[in-house]
Order: sequence, then C-alpha cells, then structure tokens
Amino acid sequence: MSSETLTKSSILEVSGIPAGSPVAEAIDGRANIIALSQTTEDAVLKPLETGAWSHDIRAALAARIAALNGETALVDRYCSLIEDASFADLADPLRSGKAQGLETICDFMDKVAVQTRDVDAPDIKSLQESGVSDADIVRLCEINAFMAYQVRVLAGIRLMKGARA
Amino acid sequence: MSDVIRKFTRSVPDWRPRVEPIKLEDATPEQLDALQVTPSNTKISAYVLTLAHDVETLKVRSPLFNGIMYDKGGLSREERELGALAASMVNHCIYCAAVHASRHAQIAKETTVTDELFAKGTKADLSPRNRAIFDFAHALSQTPSEASPEQMSALREAGLDDAEILDLILSAALFGWANRLMHVLGDPVRKGGT
Repeated sequence: MSSETLTKSSILEVSGIPAGSPVAEAIDGRANIIALSQTTEDAVLKPLETGAWSHDIRAALAARIAALNGETALVDRYCSLIEDASFADLADPLRSGKAQGLETICDFMDKVAVQTRDVDAPDIKSLQESGVSDADIVRLCEINAFMAYQVRVLAGIRLMKGARA
Repeated sequence: MSDVIRKFTRSVPDWRPRVEPIKLEDATPEQLDALQVTPSNTKISAYVLTLAHDVETLKVRSPLFNGIMYDKGGLSREERELGALAASMVNHCIYCAAVHASRHAQIAKETTVTDELFAKGTKADLSPRNRAIFDFAHALSQTPSEASPEQMSALREAGLDDAEILDLILSAALFGWANRLMHVLGDPVRKGGT
C-alpha cells in the first residue's frame, strides 16, 4: 500500500513527507502501522460510546496535549474538530478548565502528559473523589496515551525529514 | 502500599489496578469480542480487564501494538525492545521496563545491556549502536520531545537505515502510550501479593 492510497491519515497529513523521498519509502514499508494508527485515532477521538467525554471535549484535550508537546499543526487539526465553541479554550494549556467545570480533569491530563513519572495513586483517587467513574478515568488515560504516541511519531518523522533535507 | 515496587528490575511484577476492572461475567458482547474471550481462553489479565472499560480503543490497539513490536523487517526485535525500555525508563514505568528488559535479555541472550541501564541509567556503558538507539529513544520520550538532529545523525552513523529508524521511532512512541496506561492506572507489586 502506498502512503498516497490511504484515504486519511493525521500522521501523513501533518508531517508532509515529500513523495518519493527515502522517508516516504520507509513509511510505505509500514503502511499497515500508519493505517492502524489512524484507526486508533478515530477510536480515541470519535468513539461511538463516549462516556462523559464528548467528541468536542476529546478534541480539545487532544489539542491541549499537542500544545504541551509543541505540535502546533496538530493543535490546529484537533481544534478544527471542536464544534461547540464553549469547549475551545480547553485546548489552551494556560486555561485551567474551570469555566467548563473540568479543572480536575485538565490538571490530571496535564500531569499525565508532562510529568508521567510522577503520577501516583493519589492522582487517580482525586479523580474518583471528584465523581469521575472508573470507566471515564480509563477513557481519559487512553486519550492521553494515544496523543503521547502520535506527537512522538510526528516529532521523530520531522527529524528524519530534516536529516535528509 | 509497601508492596509497591519502586526500583527497576527485570523480574516482571504483578500489576494491581487503581480502578476497578470490568468483571468478566458482566462483560458486554463488545467487551467479550475485544477481550477475545473463548471457552478455552477465559484467563484475562487485570490490566486488559481494566482497559476493557474503553472497548473501542482496546479492540484496535492490540494489532497496532503487535505490528510495531513484531512485524518483519526493519529494526531487530532486540533493538525495538531497547526503544521500549528507554521510554519506560523516562516515564518510570516499572512494569513496562521489567517486561521489555526481560524480553531484551531473552532475545539478546545476555543481560549486560539491561544491567548497565538499570545500574547507571543514561550513563550506561553501551556499544555505539545501542548508545545511539537508547539516547534517541530516551530524548524522544521527554515532553516535549528533546530528540535532536545530532541524535538523528548519530543513528545513521551507527548504521541504522530509514526503515530501522522509523521502527525505533514507532517503538519508543508506542511506549509513550503504554506507559501512560500501565504506570497511571495501576501499581507494580510483588508477585503473589494482595
């Protein structure tokens, strides 16, 4: 499968790999992984069963994590998916999430994204005590975890491209 | 909490969830499908039962995980494990580090590399190729990524081609993901504990 035959891929669209380049060739060799990465993005960002986190909240949190990682093109991509403008400023890591009643959620997501090693049992307990169900905690972690993967794939491919420029 | 393991080890611990996993007897048909429960396969780990709370993601992550770690060609299995281990050391995911250090040792048929890494961290005495791989994966696993053009050049100088470098990026990035589930949703505990 050529990368050009994939109908949609955030990784390919955001990374803008020149067709025919050695990097494009390497990526074609792992076209199955790129396709599965997109399937996973869809499952994490636009699931049928959203739990407490609507597609808008998921897109905003994804954009927030992309911003914490300095991935501006990805921030724009996820912000463009937010339909209800009242959630839009969750995408800004400088905003606390208080306006949306999601301050605890934003604190948790920021810590898991940036200070992963410091996350400990009390962080989960504080979500539980603020009324977040266990299923919704798992959903938050999957959003965070998938974004950790996607931003690093993009950062790595950017360096591959740069080294070949 | 005294049974929680805080130091890196190659002995794979048990994993104790911080949230309540789903109960197999209460699982929906979608969850049973994602868990691949069959009459002959009813033993599912607490970790997978925890992830079954988000069944749509669980269903798609296993093929992605297996593809990145086991697909043929590209970077060797041993070196993909090194990428996974570097990420797990950055994120201090004791469980993932144990699993992937022990797999590295099995595949490499030696323990020097993982002994060095657990004893000395980033100052470990490694071969030039392992050094380039570990340093790149370690830097890519920071938030934001600190991987540099110099580290990319070091990979090429150590003999990695584009396909191998892409596999390294994928394996390290995948553990940025796995660590944020394993390390966040549960504790590594001594085997046989409560």
